[in-house]
Amino acid sequence: MSALLQAKDLKRHYEVHIPEGLFGRKASLKAVDGVSFSIEKGRTLGLVGESGCGKSTTAKLVLGLIPATAGTVEFAGTRVTARHDAQWRAMRRRMQMIYQDPLGALDRRLPVITQIAEPFEIHNPEMLAAERTERSALLMESVGLRPDMAMRYPHELSGGQRQRVVIARALALEPDLLVCDEPVSALDVSIQAQVLNLLDDLRERTGFAALFISHDLKVVRQMSDRVAVMYLGRIVESGLPEEVFRRPQHPYTKALVSAIPTPARRGKRERIVLEGDPPSPVDVPSGCSFHTRCPIAQASCRNEVPQLVTSGGHAVACHLVNAGAAPAAQAAE
Amino acid sequence: METLLSIEDLAIDFDQGKRFVRALHGVSLTVARGEVLGVVGESGCGKSITWLAALGLLGSRARISGSVQLNGQEIAGAPENDLAGLRGGRIAMIFQDPSSSLNPVHRIGRQIVEALKLHRGMTGASADAEAARLLDRVGIANATRRLREYPHEMSGGMNQRIMIAMALAGEPDLLIADEPTTALDATIQAQILDLLTELRRDSGMALVLISHDLGVVADMSDRVAVMYGGRVIEEADTGSLFDSPAHPYTKGLIAALPDIDGPRRRLESIPGTVPAPDRLPPGCSFAPRCAIASKICDARMPAFLPYGESQSHFAACVKCRDEKPAESARLSGNKHVLVPA
Repeated sequence: MSALLQAKDLKRHYEVHIPEGLFGRKASLKAVDGVSFSIEKGRTLGLVGESGCGKSTTAKLVLGLIPATAGTVEFAGTRVTARHDAQWRAMRRRMQMIYQDPLGALDRRLPVITQIAEPFEIHNPEMLAAERTERSALLMESVGLRPDMAMRYPHELSGGQRQRVVIARALALEPDLLVCDEPVSALDVSIQAQVLNLLDDLRERTGFAALFISHDLKVVRQMSDRVAVMYLGRIVESGLPEEVFRRPQHPYTKALVSAIPTPARRGKRERIVLEGDPPSPVDVPSGCSFHTRCPIAQASCRNEVPQLVTSGGHAVACHLVNAGAAPAAQAAE
Repeated sequence: METLLSIEDLAIDFDQGKRFVRALHGVSLTVARGEVLGVVGESGCGKSITWLAALGLLGSRARISGSVQLNGQEIAGAPENDLAGLRGGRIAMIFQDPSSSLNPVHRIGRQIVEALKLHRGMTGASADAEAARLLDRVGIANATRRLREYPHEMSGGMNQRIMIAMALAGEPDLLIADEPTTALDATIQAQILDLLTELRRDSGMALVLISHDLGVVADMSDRVAVMYGGRVIEEADTGSLFDSPAHPYTKGLIAALPDIDGPRRRLESIPGTVPAPDRLPPGCSFAPRCAIASKICDARMPAFLPYGESQSHFAACVKCRDEKPAESARLSGNKHVLVPA
């Protein structure tokens, strides 16, 4: 199957000013630093990592909302640029997004049905008003919103209902790709399950591919066909969710997986606790960027950047794992 | 176990201008010395205001009734001066967002020393030394240098450690942690949870852990109270709550949680949303969303009664006892009242 979306060596660096000394100094913040992945038609790639690892920047690069410093994104064989011309707008009909905060993504002064109908107005102005209303009503029904909610304003709906409005609007033009950036992080557990099930059903029915971004490994595992773990702007491990989360290879993924408390794991104290905070993306450590917190780091990790090495669909960027010499890591399993 | 804090029939009404809206409907909870009580529930269920009300932190728009006793001494409605000595002293509290709990224009050292001065009467060099010791205790390296820094110079995890250090300044018997790790990343959350466990083991203080995250509560608590619609609807020791939940809401919460281990399954969601405090249904507040609700549930709020064989497992549900007739039948001497009087 050919890839619907292909990202190659994507980089996004920001020039920042650091207040230091008398005049400060210029530095480069490497938000995304060489990320490659592909998403096939109808499949979902999950992207996990802690705050500041570059997940959301990757989402913006994929959609062409911000220009990449280096690297390319191809959507259905066409290059996605950050030049917002007719070609980009045509492409954007087929790529939609959902963000964490639905209230921020909706206009507070318009009834929700008007907002759901807006994509038709923008991308298909010839459509008759009657058809627009009918299709919007169908969309509302498909995301589980009652017809009597159509004329309500965003503040009159609950968080879960607002997120359903955003989903309905994103799916209005039947996109091929949906970029979901923390779509359920602001929702309560019971509502989170409703929205995740809804996305799952809609995906089955309409067959969209998705880039699903979350800091919550449990949610990502639930939704993804493949997952990629990011640390400081790079993918450190990727593969099938069962593989990556059940048998994590990279020491960072291991710590991340072991750190999740769940009711089923209670009482089993096998948490790997990492020392310290993630380094600032302005001062990324040399070599493997994880070596400052890695429990099994060796001298070589400090000098050389590890490459993502794939074996059997499971890719890991770690010198020790890839050299087959991670005795401490194996013992920890 | 000796009871440290007991809340009895605590109710809160908020002044909405024209009328009062009841947000908490008679909550009773106890915390024993050295125990970890987990409080779970979705947003708006009253888990935070219970403890804010107990400490008299809700302000004048809240009307509070019921009793709160610390070591047998009544503190609900106590004069502000008495409460001020208690708060941060015998009972400390930490919140979700550490950076907004700290004063951005003062150095960290000054803020910790302030707590030491208030609660332990320490000043000068001895207070500075104690502040450095506290920072060291919560795992911050270079304590003396860090004391001279401002909150914005530290990460979220560091700031939460500083909040914990300030909470420890008064050597409290009880620490109330309201979503202490919700704003933190997974690896930092693991650090803070480990720190809390370690501190508790050393000092023997009791901990009330308020969280929406069932995983965090399951991992840390000895006993768990589940809240819904301003009431405690189930309470049990952690093992029996997660192994054999009684209330359909607790069951639903557990089933709605995606797993990290085991096979992937479709999530079981609870239909509908949490009702607003001024629009609670007449009977059981969970009845409109409940799969096993019947007429009896709409009639009146079910009483909070023992469930199963354990003497410490309680649930406020009429129907949950019907589901397991075999188990209730085995009980001898402990007659179940299906319909509360």
